[in-house]
Amino acid sequence: MFDTSFTWNDFLYLLDGAWVTLQLTFWAILLGSCVGLLCGLLRALLPRATLPLSWVLDVFRSVPLLIQFVLFNSFKSIAGIDISAFAVGCIVLGIYAAAYFTEIVRSGVLSVPFNLRRASRSLGLSYLQDLRYIVLPMATRVAFPGWLNLVLSVMKDSALVMWIGIVELLRASQTIVTRIQEPLLVLCIAGLIYYVMSLVVARLGARLERRWQEND
Amino acid sequence: MFDYTFQWRQAFKALPDMLGGAWVTFETAALSMIFGVLIALALTVMREVKNPLARGFANTWVSIARNTPSLFQIYILYFGLGSLGLHVSSWIALLAGITFNNAGYLAENFRGGLKAVPDTQVRAARSLGMSAFQAYRMIVVPQLLRIVFYPLTNQMVWAVLMTSLGVIVGLNNDLTGVTQDYNVKTFRTFEFFAIAAVLYYLIAKAIVAVARLLAWRLFRY
Amino acid sequence: MIEIDNVYKSFGALEVIKGVSLTVNKGEVVSIIGGSGSGKSTLLMCINGLESINSGSIRVDGTEVHAPGTNINKLRQKIGIVFQQWNAFPHLTVLENVMLAPRKVLGLSKQDAEAMAVKQLTHVGLADKLKVFPGKLSGGQQQRMAIARALAMSPDYMLFDEATSALDPQLVGEVLDTMRLLAEDGMTMVLVTHEIRFARDVSDRVAFFRNGLVHEIGTPEQVIGNPQQPETIDFLKSIN
Repeated sequence: MFDTSFTWNDFLYLLDGAWVTLQLTFWAILLGSCVGLLCGLLRALLPRATLPLSWVLDVFRSVPLLIQFVLFNSFKSIAGIDISAFAVGCIVLGIYAAAYFTEIVRSGVLSVPFNLRRASRSLGLSYLQDLRYIVLPMATRVAFPGWLNLVLSVMKDSALVMWIGIVELLRASQTIVTRIQEPLLVLCIAGLIYYVMSLVVARLGARLERRWQEND
Repeated sequence: MFDYTFQWRQAFKALPDMLGGAWVTFETAALSMIFGVLIALALTVMREVKNPLARGFANTWVSIARNTPSLFQIYILYFGLGSLGLHVSSWIALLAGITFNNAGYLAENFRGGLKAVPDTQVRAARSLGMSAFQAYRMIVVPQLLRIVFYPLTNQMVWAVLMTSLGVIVGLNNDLTGVTQDYNVKTFRTFEFFAIAAVLYYLIAKAIVAVARLLAWRLFRY
Repeated sequence: MIEIDNVYKSFGALEVIKGVSLTVNKGEVVSIIGGSGSGKSTLLMCINGLESINSGSIRVDGTEVHAPGTNINKLRQKIGIVFQQWNAFPHLTVLENVMLAPRKVLGLSKQDAEAMAVKQLTHVGLADKLKVFPGKLSGGQQQRMAIARALAMSPDYMLFDEATSALDPQLVGEVLDTMRLLAEDGMTMVLVTHEIRFARDVSDRVAFFRNGLVHEIGTPEQVIGNPQQPETIDFLKSIN
């Protein structure tokens, strides 16, 4: 009754793709978080001086990711930079994530009431101490859900790297589809893997958040 | 390191075609938003009712739309439906995919918006003798619209960006599709795609600007 | 006439009203006082059908409020209510807030509704705020607008649910003055309030609620001036 040419090896091949997806997500988020944190802090603390920065980052949020991949990839060959397609994927996704994370960090820092900062300064804390012990811990809690959403969306958006020739989960499923001609089944399995990965990340994040709240 | 000569003139000659593609892109995104909003409204209502079947259906929709890549959603509609004997064009698959995605995200926004309008507003309206329907239409919906306006604008921008995925299932008359056609013919990848990027940016900014203007006209309070 | 007869009401397992009977005659002002959780606000909500009841009956001018066949929207037109949290409609101007129900529920023309709204808003002292949005008003002004909004429906009865409890102390006076005017005009009013002195001044009768029951009822002189029940005495002491 249920007849399929989908083999165990095909499934392992999909899992290999999922592993690539996770790696891409990890590196992109790492890069995006570092750059985004820096830019976000700058944007919050020096709003005027860094206005041009926000325009630049806005470009990355207003141009399709697919086009960013293609542009960067072709720029790479034009400029003769010798890096792998995987690195290109990580860099483009990372900058894309940074563009979003900057806004998340900025609004997190700005959510700390000014009076609170005044209170901490009145206790004799220096500017940096105030930042380190008062503002950042509070901003982190506000920004965390946004960051988690970003991780999830980067994981999903990483599917687009197939266009520059990286075999990740979705591309892997397509390869199998081409061979065994059972698109619905294979795609559903791929979709399920995405779904499970998203769910696991979301659950981990929720647990972390809960633990913070318990400590409040 | 740059032994490459940019040939912008050739790329600019393609501009009229690309503008035509940009129009298709905008149209597709706008359509997907119209359908997306309507479906999202239905999903929001379904998630509020007691019927477990309606609830389950709506929750599943929202959950899949939010937890899988939009490209995957387009794929399923293009290849998946095809294997069921339902052959759809790449444009239909793209439109349906983005609509599916929009509806899921918007339904979540609408639900949040509904929570943000306090129950006491309905209570006050009902106490003046309004029917439940009148209270929703004249009191809740106008306030809801304001709350979801910003997310709606964002989703519209995302819809425009998502249309670029059509090229992966073979669409060739939207902005990315037209650009890719020129790219294949000339191999001037950077030039063509740079112009496409600028056009996308302009569309996105135009949407945001129009939305701001609209919000300013619409929401007086 | 509002006739409340042996009404019971519970939220889940929590019984808030345990057999209340009370009659409010035309032209009468009845104040309900009592601690929080004594069921007094819930009773108001029951009178205009915003809350259901478990048993007993509430009749307004002979119409059973909770009977299945009752046109509740029609009935509510003659019962105005003012809430603790004034519940202004934030997306409408002051004038539009007051005009909306007369136009859409009573079917008045735009001119008539506007004339009515302006009249009521002038009455509560907001004639200069017609085009302003409620968000720009103080709590006291919003509450007065809410009173005008209810009055614009030309109700026969007005219910006030702790209308001044959520206001800053310096804003309480202006709202009480508006209510006092209304009482002097002969409006039939039921007010749930914590303003004992005000209740004493304007009421024809005062009811002290305790544990979902009318514990003591009578003229203000009796209930507030010379209470008989020890619980009433304790309550009055506790809030002075």
